[in-house]
Amino acid sequence: MSKTKSGSPQTDSVKALRQIKEKILGRNFLLFVTIVLFIAMYIGGLIAFKDKNFGNLQVFLNLLISNAGLIITSVGMTMVLIVAGIDISVGSVIAVTCMMLAAMMENANIGAVPAMLIVLVFGFVFGAAQGFLIAYLKIQPFIVTLAGMFFARGLTAVISLKMITITNETFLSIAQYKMYLPFGATVNRKGVLVYPYIYPTVVAALVIVALVFIILRYTKFGRSVYAVGGNEQSALLMGLNVRRTKFIVYIINGVLATLGGIAFCLNTTGAFVELAKGFEMDAIASTVIGGTPLTGGVGNVFGTLFGVLIKATIETFVSFQGNLSSWWSKIIIASLLAFFIILQTLLTMRKRQDSQ
Amino acid sequence: MFFRRLLIERVDLMATGTEILKMRRITKNFLGVRALHNVDFTLRSGEIHALMGENGAGKSTLIKVLTGAEEFETGEIWIEGKDHPIINRSPKEAQQNGISTVYQEINLCPNLSVGENIMLGREPKRLGAIDWKTMNKKAKEALQALEIDIDVTLKLDHYSIAIQQMVAIARAVDISSRVLILDEPTSSLTENEVNKLFSIMRKVRERGLGIIFVTHFLEQVYEVCDRITVLRNGELVGEYEIENLPRVKLVASMLGKDFDDLSEVKREKTVTNGDAREKIIEADGLGREGRIKPFDLEVCRGDVVGLSGLLGSGRSELARAIFCADKPDKGELKVKGKKFNAHTPLDSLKAGMAFLPENRKEEGIIADLSVRENIVIALQARHGMFKLLSKKEQEEFTDRFIDLLNIKTADRETPLKQLSGGNQQKVILARWLLTNPDFMILDEPTRGIDVGTKAEIQRLVIELADQGKAVIFISSEIEEMLRTCSRMVIMRDQEKVGELSDDDITQENIMKAIAGGQAV
Repeated sequence: MSKTKSGSPQTDSVKALRQIKEKILGRNFLLFVTIVLFIAMYIGGLIAFKDKNFGNLQVFLNLLISNAGLIITSVGMTMVLIVAGIDISVGSVIAVTCMMLAAMMENANIGAVPAMLIVLVFGFVFGAAQGFLIAYLKIQPFIVTLAGMFFARGLTAVISLKMITITNETFLSIAQYKMYLPFGATVNRKGVLVYPYIYPTVVAALVIVALVFIILRYTKFGRSVYAVGGNEQSALLMGLNVRRTKFIVYIINGVLATLGGIAFCLNTTGAFVELAKGFEMDAIASTVIGGTPLTGGVGNVFGTLFGVLIKATIETFVSFQGNLSSWWSKIIIASLLAFFIILQTLLTMRKRQDSQ
Repeated sequence: MFFRRLLIERVDLMATGTEILKMRRITKNFLGVRALHNVDFTLRSGEIHALMGENGAGKSTLIKVLTGAEEFETGEIWIEGKDHPIINRSPKEAQQNGISTVYQEINLCPNLSVGENIMLGREPKRLGAIDWKTMNKKAKEALQALEIDIDVTLKLDHYSIAIQQMVAIARAVDISSRVLILDEPTSSLTENEVNKLFSIMRKVRERGLGIIFVTHFLEQVYEVCDRITVLRNGELVGEYEIENLPRVKLVASMLGKDFDDLSEVKREKTVTNGDAREKIIEADGLGREGRIKPFDLEVCRGDVVGLSGLLGSGRSELARAIFCADKPDKGELKVKGKKFNAHTPLDSLKAGMAFLPENRKEEGIIADLSVRENIVIALQARHGMFKLLSKKEQEEFTDRFIDLLNIKTADRETPLKQLSGGNQQKVILARWLLTNPDFMILDEPTRGIDVGTKAEIQRLVIELADQGKAVIFISSEIEEMLRTCSRMVIMRDQEKVGELSDDDITQENIMKAIAGGQAV
């Protein structure tokens, strides 16, 4: 029955090995696969594109720079998926965030910082509204966030049908503020020593990942998120506040979606109605590739970070290759997604067999 | 020896066992139907108290009332240490009042570690963050107090159901509850696991908790319990100390019979078609791990074989194994002398079997479809989906059975949900009769239907047998079985323990056989 009966030293070492295996397979297997996959892909890239400077640190940093917004949004999505929900409104929320920022700064002469604070408050209210409907009125999250998706996209169009380019100086100075790393310098074609750099959005994204990791692992609220996602009925019977947990998750997700939108806007420095269309699916795909299944109760934000990096690496491959249509990256991501879903299913099936 | 030890223990308990829970005159109605009527229940510290009763006795309602899952109308619940009666409005409130429940389907989170499951909601903290090390240490201690030695950092679903249950018990005990309710905890456990669970229950008892043990297994009650409370039809039959209640008396009180005065009911007609009757069903060592122990059974044309036993004794499980509703994993089955290897119920259907499940609401009727559609569906399934029965054939069949079984319906196109329970049951019966089976399993075909229809169905069963069909008949009502069956199979604790035929089929013999063991 129990596997911890100690025996001879030999069986002890076998036991220890098995425990290590169990720990990798049992707890973080999906995260493990994701990281291995990313490293393998990156090494593959180094070999395939070694004449194109793929090994340059800046290439790696560019993965983070161009996807800071996606990382932040996907972290929120990870929490939502762990609590066994879904949010398909985030793409539209990002569009409306960018449009609100652009309109406020360009048409209403509001400063960059107040504008950003206003959209964050909008994200809070938006998340709270969706969360209330999902947690307290028990409406399907898919339907609620579908409505949220239409609402936010509609709102974007109501604000402006025309494309707005941002010229606000404070905003642009944040967007273009290069933070140089003190190492990894390379000599460019002109013979000048260039240090690799990142933008503030990358710092924000990494801070968010760390922060949410700590929340999920070291707070009662964070553990409630897993418990509710694992078995809502049990969580209730164990005395957890299921509804409040869900409500807060959707609020955090709303705030992170607008924060992701700000990062996105700092990259595009403009807004138009069709912006970030399908972005919610990118966020869901990255999260799932990062080892968070849609079934709830399981997941890790570091996995999500690597999920985004994998997606970004594939896109970099396609652009480095040069001849392929950029849509090929979609096909590769689709295959990866299928691979991960099958892997998750097999893992669950194996577990069920073990426990019988 | 055993009894001496038990007696000594009892004497000790008499001295120390204070009443920690008193439920008095609890009454509860469901939509005008009486579920509990003036029920008293008393639990003392340091005792394991069995709560027993057949279907509809009210045990689960009583547990639900106690744990706050249901409200009650009148009565009081007293818990030691409170100078006023308590009302639990939710499981959480019951927990705060020291009442914890471990359900058969474990209410823990399978995706979290064992340690978390024990400590969830009470996590130790350091510098405002959850202190995993201390948490795992505390969880480990809670388990070790019950002599369970497992790795608490692994996920709960890594472990078997038995261990998960023990984790649930450890959590309940660790929250320092006074009252621990174990609701059918042993139903899906192996014998070893049950023994381990019992030793844990005894340890919990030593710590002065009171345990309410809900189970169907007589053997287990006599192995581990100190006291028994029996309910029947929502009323208290009595509270007994275990050594004062022989098994036969327990069975009799659960079934509502006074054992000293059993009136005899006999089947009016006995089947005597000679010995050369064709064997329809021959089961040889058929069984399924955890559901039904291997059994042998022969059913011939003209037989009505009754399966008799308490709820959960394996009656339905035996029937389901034959029909392959739960695929057996041991033994073999012959149908009409030929080896038969079914994989799905559809195979059994095609071999001429029919099965009316116990739970017609969930497994039988399709409420929104019409009487006609409900009747033809099994025959259609047997024909295959691509050989549709013509509308005219369907109507003919339906009308014939509405007539034959006297089904009271406005029209053959009336949705089934508009019919009464008895008529719904007749529709299901018609569905199977239409497939012209050689062998029928009727699991509680008369439950919840009126007396008149009951008698009709009983008569119909006997007629079917006379026409040469073989029938397995399952009912909780012994009189009904005596009237209908030509042979009686006795079930106890998921095992076939005996067979009675002809003149041996009497209420007294059946009860003795169900009680089994030493009939004191």
